[in-house]
Amino acid sequence: MIKFDHVTKRLGRKTVLDDVNFEVGEGETFVIVGLSGAGKSVTLKHMIRLMSPDSGTITIDGEAITDLGRRDLSRVREKFGVLFQSAALLQWMNVRDNVALPLREHTKAAEEEIIERVTAKLALLGLDDAWDKFPSDISGGMRKRVGLARAVIMEPKIVLYDEPTSGLDPVTSRRIDDLIVNTREQLGITSVVVTHDLHSALAVGSRIMMLHQGRIVENAPPEDFIRSKNETVQSFLESQYITKKGKWEEFRHE
Amino acid sequence: MTYPVRSAQRTGARVLQLLHDTGHAMFMLLEATWFVQFAFGKRSRHETVTQLFVTGVKSLAVITVVALFTGMILALQTGLELQRWGQEEFIGSAVAVSIIREMGPFMTALIIAASVGSAIAAQLGTMTVSEEIAALEVMSINPNRFLVMPRLVALAVMMPILTVYTNILGIMGGAVVGATQLGVSFSAYMDNATQFATNKDLFVGLFKAFVFGIIITTVSCHQGFMTTEGAVGVGKATRRSVVISFLIILIVGYMITRLFYI
Ligand SMILES: Nc1ncnc2c1ncn2[C@@H]1O[C@H](COP(=O)(O)OP(=O)(O)OP(=O)(O)O)[C@@H](O)[C@H]1O
Ligand SMILES: [Mg+2]
Repeated sequence: MIKFDHVTKRLGRKTVLDDVNFEVGEGETFVIVGLSGAGKSVTLKHMIRLMSPDSGTITIDGEAITDLGRRDLSRVREKFGVLFQSAALLQWMNVRDNVALPLREHTKAAEEEIIERVTAKLALLGLDDAWDKFPSDISGGMRKRVGLARAVIMEPKIVLYDEPTSGLDPVTSRRIDDLIVNTREQLGITSVVVTHDLHSALAVGSRIMMLHQGRIVENAPPEDFIRSKNETVQSFLESQYITKKGKWEEFRHE
Repeated sequence: MTYPVRSAQRTGARVLQLLHDTGHAMFMLLEATWFVQFAFGKRSRHETVTQLFVTGVKSLAVITVVALFTGMILALQTGLELQRWGQEEFIGSAVAVSIIREMGPFMTALIIAASVGSAIAAQLGTMTVSEEIAALEVMSINPNRFLVMPRLVALAVMMPILTVYTNILGIMGGAVVGATQLGVSFSAYMDNATQFATNKDLFVGLFKAFVFGIIITTVSCHQGFMTTEGAVGVGKATRRSVVISFLIILIVGYMITRLFYI
């Protein structure tokens, strides 16, 4: 579904991605973890060509996106829904208009139908009462959920989440985890989740990849990730009080 | 490396960057201009109307005060000079011609650049650093259609309209000073003004205003989109948008005057 082939990216003097290779299969929930500045957001941005690699290729659904023209790029981007790290809602539109925006821009649906679809999606995310509020008047957790609603309203094949739980309280974080799992189960989509929250990673991931200084140090299913021999991975696990002896299944919640 | 070589290199790099930025801004302007045909289409109608309203209303108070007082100052200065030669009845034309030709479009442009232009740069700058522009791109919503075009329409339309308003108020301000300080009656003032100010003066002035509107939009939107480094960057972009707009308005204003009056 998504394939990185020897991708290298330099920004300023720093090599942010250094010969990165990985593949995300269809229907997977692929989690990218790593310390701040490891290159996680940069990796996500490459998938939708908000950034282009200095060398290497990125393939989406069997199609190399590195040299696509504007039309084709648009067509590839249609496959994606993206939840940005800052939610990236338009400040002058209320919650409902923000979520309705892709529908209004790209479909010929009648206004009543748009409202209906948006209202249903907002209800699903527990935002029934907030539809007429503006982004500056709602909490960070609500903004993230609105961003999520906007990301999935066009029913994309792939959803990218950049730190869906950062800055949220543990209870809301777990709810977002559930949302990610539910969204995947209901829509059968492929997800890529960027996070530094290992609890979240273990809860939602079918595969976990760790980036460190622009290189992949581990890429394994959660049960193997937690027992990784790599020192960087181990210290990352320990920093969040997760030990090798722990059972990763405990992090899954029903 | 020796100092002159290094500084020459740095200058070279800066010139290249400037050319690159200018090209970028020009492309943005061209694309937004092409999208003007959709200004009142279903998707953009609301935003275009909002921008027209915001541009028209936001600066009205400042424009009113500045225009009135500029007319009064002009009338007083030239009027006192003319009075020494017993020619004070000519202040009507002195004020009207200089306001319609130069001062009207120019002052309106400066005020709009400082109020509306800076607000555009700040808004688009904030959107850039908070990933909202990236989000639009991922949703295949072209920012040049969605954001630049409505602002372009608003400024290109409102600048000439506001300039007419500035002209009228400026001339009225002059009339007030003429009547109260110089003993020139209102009708004598207006007779003299209409006798010397030509239609050409008015149309060249309005053409200038239209061009200034395009310049302000282009510079402000471009500076907004180029913003980096968070909130600090937004401040920088705002300041730069005003300074660059002022400079280009001065230079282009001179060129248009030359074009039509030589
Ligand atoms: N536009 C840019 N220009 C220059 N450097 C950049 C740019 N974007 C990111 N970087 C640099 O690339 C590195 C990786 O950034 P990235 O945003 O991918 O980190 P991250 O893993 O997402 O971190 P965080 O968890 O803090 O979001 C950082 O050192 C950052 O300074
Ligand atoms: Mg990040």
